[in-house]
Amino acid sequence: MTAAAKSGHPGGSLSAADILAALYFRVLRVDPSRPGWPERDRFVLSKGHAAPALYAALAERGYFPVEELKTLRRIHSRLQGHPDMRKTPGVEASTGSLGQGLSMAGGMALAGRLDGCDWRVYALLGDGECEEGQVWEAAMAAAHYRLDNLTAFLDNNGLQIDGPIEQVMSPNPLNDKWRAFGWHVIEIDGHDFGQILGAVDEAKKTKGRPTMIVARTIKGKGCSFMENEAEWHGKAPSPEQAEQALRDLEKGGAAR
Amino acid sequence: MKYLVRLQEGAKKVATRDAYGEALAELGRENPDVVALDADLSKSTKTAVFGKAFPARFFNMGIAEANMMATAAGLAAAGKVPFASTFAVFATGRAFDQVRNSICYPHLNVKIAASHAGITVGEDGGSHQSVEDIALMRVLPNMTVIVPADAGETRAAVRAAAALDGPVYLRLGRAGGPIIFGPDYSFRVGEAVVLREGRDVSLFACGVMVAEALKAADQLAGEGLEAEVVNVSSLKPFDWRTVAESVVRTGAAVSAEEHSIIGGLGGAVAECLAERHPVPLVRVGLRDTFGESGTPDELMKAYGLTAADIVRAAKEAIQRRRV
Ligand SMILES: Cc1ncc(C[n+]2csc(CCOP(=O)(O)OP(=O)(O)O)c2C)c(N)n1
Ligand SMILES: [Mg+2]
Repeated sequence: MTAAAKSGHPGGSLSAADILAALYFRVLRVDPSRPGWPERDRFVLSKGHAAPALYAALAERGYFPVEELKTLRRIHSRLQGHPDMRKTPGVEASTGSLGQGLSMAGGMALAGRLDGCDWRVYALLGDGECEEGQVWEAAMAAAHYRLDNLTAFLDNNGLQIDGPIEQVMSPNPLNDKWRAFGWHVIEIDGHDFGQILGAVDEAKKTKGRPTMIVARTIKGKGCSFMENEAEWHGKAPSPEQAEQALRDLEKGGAAR
Repeated sequence: MKYLVRLQEGAKKVATRDAYGEALAELGRENPDVVALDADLSKSTKTAVFGKAFPARFFNMGIAEANMMATAAGLAAAGKVPFASTFAVFATGRAFDQVRNSICYPHLNVKIAASHAGITVGEDGGSHQSVEDIALMRVLPNMTVIVPADAGETRAAVRAAAALDGPVYLRLGRAGGPIIFGPDYSFRVGEAVVLREGRDVSLFACGVMVAEALKAADQLAGEGLEAEVVNVSSLKPFDWRTVAESVVRTGAAVSAEEHSIIGGLGGAVAECLAERHPVPLVRVGLRDTFGESGTPDELMKAYGLTAADIVRAAKEAIQRRRV
């Protein structure tokens, strides 16, 4: 997709792809034929630059045709460079300015609880994104209001744009911070479906506080030349590289 | 629209923030979807009135304005009608990106009711006196911007904001101001209202400056000059037609606002006149400066925001038309 668009964010899309696949195919109570169904679960992609992975999940799940993925980032496309809730069916929040999605998810969770509904809210944050102060405002508020209908994932790939998070501006120790902010924290391998689904079950059973699933991930996962390379954060592969990437991903899929 | 009034001497003074607090609580009784958020200033912004009446629908988000705005966006996305309040300086400055990206860009139904706008904040000084909020909110696509002139118009604006689907910025003041409108006044978003007719100069005002403009018109009448006073409470959508039609009649204009002369009402009037019907314009407002500590009255004098300043500006505009 990013190769066709000649721009975009492959690295952070690939690190989150397994979590998104698990969410859209095993976890979220959604109905692609009714994107506005009031009783649906909500998912907020706070790290909005991973839009390609979200769009792929939405298309595969049936929100819109898979062929439409090629229109990513093109003029008049429903698939904007960053998620746009007004343009794309299935997108629950407009994101892209990092640090805001967890607040929006918290607002949705408050609304759901006010109405006595049982739908749940999920969010996905980046580890670099946790350098934004607003993330911690939202963390504080979600714990304060005991939002146990809110579950967040942290895509802990260790990289941001300018390099490793440890070098640029360390938000670590992330697990301790979320715990200290009053969240139930679960650590998992973000590329292991069993662990992802197990953590979601645990989150559903956790009462009185929100859950943060810190998922250890590999930026550029599944693509030999992108894995753990910060430079692949916001750069599209060439057509040849894209083919190589798809071959890598297919091999990985077969091995699993 | 026309609603002719004269300011009553010794009229009762009510702050627009107080009217907001009552109107919001009233709205809460009628509409169970209305919720309120505040950032540890609920006693000042008066959302505490709502909070007392509907504790389950009131969320104090603490001293975290950015999170408050994006939380309001989430509540709106899930069908609530959130009113988010704090001081104007923080609502628009501290949380600008949240208002832009989480509220306006997705056109979410969030009402930002910001109190303590302008220099009538008084003693707290320049750090707390917002002189740029209208400009910041007016430039955002999808945003509606309303600056009510008195308590009655505030109550009407709160209702109108709730009835409208989309983001609204309501600018409220700390200090009391005279009652201008009677109960028969009907406020409509996007309509400027002629409060007094005249053929020599148009005085366009918003907020606390509407009362000053009415006083200025009285003083000008004493000198044989007939000023038309127009209440431009809707900064956006802006009533280009009423404003242009007024200057077609008068040929000279003054804008008066408790805000920087850049980007606010003065800016909007200048844009309108330049494109539709150029006439001399003199802008009354803060002249590209921050405020400072003092009593509201002292500050309004010090920064040139009184009826006398509007009179002077009107004469200058008329003078420039003649040459
Ligand atoms: C407020 C804000 N500042 C800067 C950016 C530019 N930006 C886009 S992605 C990114 C790095 C994000 O790192 P991380 O959250 O770790 O994401 P991931 O590694 O999962 O891609 C930055 C700085 C932005 N989108 N929003
Ligand atoms: Mg990262």
